[in-house]
Amino acid sequence: MEQAADRSILKVSSLHKQFPVYGSFGKIGGAKAYVNAVTDVSLQLNEGETYGLVGESGSGKSTTGRTILGLTPASQGQVLYRDRELAAMTREEMRNFRKDVQLVFQDPFSSLNPRKRIGRMLEEPLIIHKMGDKAERQETVFRILQTVGLQPEHAFRFPHEFSGGQRQRLGLARALIMNPKIIVCDEPVSALDVSIQSQILNMLKRLQRGMKLTLLFITHDISVVRYISDRIGIMYLGKIMEEALTDDLFHEPLHPYTKALFSAVPDFNRSRLKERIMLRGEIPSPISPPSGCVFHTRCPYATDVCRTDIPAVREVRPGHKVACHFVD
Amino acid sequence: MNKEPLLEVKNLKTHFHTERGKLTAVNGVSFSMNTGDIIGIVGESGSGKSVMSQSIMRLLDHTDAIEYEGEVIFENQNLLSLPHSKLRAIRGDQISMIFQDPLTSLSPVYTIGNQIGEAIRLHQKKSKKEAHQQAIEILRMTGIPSPEIRVNEYPHQLSGGMQQRAMIAMALSCEPKLLIADEPTTALDVTIQAQILELIADLNRKMGMGVLFITHDLGVVSEICTGVKVMYLGQIVEEAPTEQLFQTPLHPYTQGLIQSIPKLEGDRDDELYVIEGTVPSLTDIPQGCGFSTRCPYADELCRTSEPPMQTAQTDHRVKCWHYEALNKQEGRETTVGTSS
Repeated sequence: MEQAADRSILKVSSLHKQFPVYGSFGKIGGAKAYVNAVTDVSLQLNEGETYGLVGESGSGKSTTGRTILGLTPASQGQVLYRDRELAAMTREEMRNFRKDVQLVFQDPFSSLNPRKRIGRMLEEPLIIHKMGDKAERQETVFRILQTVGLQPEHAFRFPHEFSGGQRQRLGLARALIMNPKIIVCDEPVSALDVSIQSQILNMLKRLQRGMKLTLLFITHDISVVRYISDRIGIMYLGKIMEEALTDDLFHEPLHPYTKALFSAVPDFNRSRLKERIMLRGEIPSPISPPSGCVFHTRCPYATDVCRTDIPAVREVRPGHKVACHFVD
Repeated sequence: MNKEPLLEVKNLKTHFHTERGKLTAVNGVSFSMNTGDIIGIVGESGSGKSVMSQSIMRLLDHTDAIEYEGEVIFENQNLLSLPHSKLRAIRGDQISMIFQDPLTSLSPVYTIGNQIGEAIRLHQKKSKKEAHQQAIEILRMTGIPSPEIRVNEYPHQLSGGMQQRAMIAMALSCEPKLLIADEPTTALDVTIQAQILELIADLNRKMGMGVLFITHDLGVVSEICTGVKVMYLGQIVEEAPTEQLFQTPLHPYTQGLIQSIPKLEGDRDDELYVIEGTVPSLTDIPQGCGFSTRCPYADELCRTSEPPMQTAQTDHRVKCWHYEALNKQEGRETTVGTSS
């Protein structure tokens, strides 16, 4: 893990993203306030690893994913792909970036065009990127359908003819067809039943290993992220609170939020006697996040210093980073 | 009187008449529950768990295309044959319901207090002022901070967790004997979900009402329920006290469900267990055992004739022809969920 820096394929450094909130006259009069969706997030994806980004709703995990993809520009900070900054890329570089970095959405129902046959949908990126002639493209489509566990004849069907699990396979096929380096998966199994979820998770893990993909896996589901990820970052109110290798994190969560989050997960394997850390209150509004440590309003251990000083992200064990004043 | 169960469902069937013919969403469900029980109904989408719970309240009555069979006995009355006027007196008073999405269940144009007060004044002879006072008390009980202010607010001014608390407050305003909760925590974050589960368990202890808890999440069931019923294709395939179900699941479907969920402890390198295939459509329900198309142990008998509900132990019943043989040979399989 020491040479981790050398294997970095994508790097995010002190990323900020704010969305303006306008008044009743729209953009006239300027922004009333800003939603601080992502505040000072730094992370890096190493080649061939699965990085899990976990958080509750409003934690900024999806916004981080979208900013990495260049779908929404960063307010501050940088995204570096193979040492090239996203914002400074030429059109040609951007074209290649879009080929290398793909996205799988949560909802397989709304992310497929109902009027297009599957084959046509899968072929489209190949046409755009001028890859192969018609016969070769057809061949690629058939091959990719088999890769995700579907049949070549499915290429002639429409999205409504597929079940939820099959549609998520199609979403994955669409991401894989460009032979990408990185796939950002935004809650890819959250809309699926457990028996279908396990099929998709197994396939993702197999493909990731087989094709040496780098995955950024965004989810709110703790048990899913544990199964799929090599490293995990825990987000709360736009910030990364803790980051570590999966086994280290589950063996010894250090941040009070991580501990509370893990203990809140209902799990039938765990003995009921295990003490639950009940968090009081709710996630504060990202329009006016708390001063100091953003978690201090709900933290059972918060003191005065937490209310005034923003805790720095410190590496307290090798590869284990925490943003808390009281962890050492 | 004490011996009488709170709710008794006998061979309930719910049919929908559609263009594609008669669809049977609930296909012969029988169970009974007592005051103080929290019974979990677990199933994947399409298992009929929601239609079953709505049939108990007859919430689907507004369409002509619906047909019920069987009996739902509550307080010595069959709810399925009750006239609407009597049913209205029971709904919201003795049986009430909370739903998954609080924002679609609350009216956006009335204050929280107004909506809770309405339920109270509908069933109890109380003045507007008294109802308002009572609404504040109930909101306080559900743990909403400063209820005297919140009571005058509109649903959009509350967060998701608060809205769900307000929904629960409304459901409990007339101190029902039975609360039907249909996926009440599915739309919430885990830290908020933990709060709401605690609240429901706490109110169940204090008020002694029965709770019918419908969910797809086995983890949630293990936290809160005293007994579990697993549904598949409109039928209960296994029922047992919670701990027993998770320790020794007998039905291949229950075993599959438990094993296909990623664990929070233990080895992560193994592939997850997969139940092959998908839930069959209601238009083409398999012959024999409903699960036979996906069951790894299915044989000729399973494909041709429907297994009866068999009693494996007191309180533990399973709808499978081969559960005895399977769980003797595959003794290891059944405990995978708990020991590994």
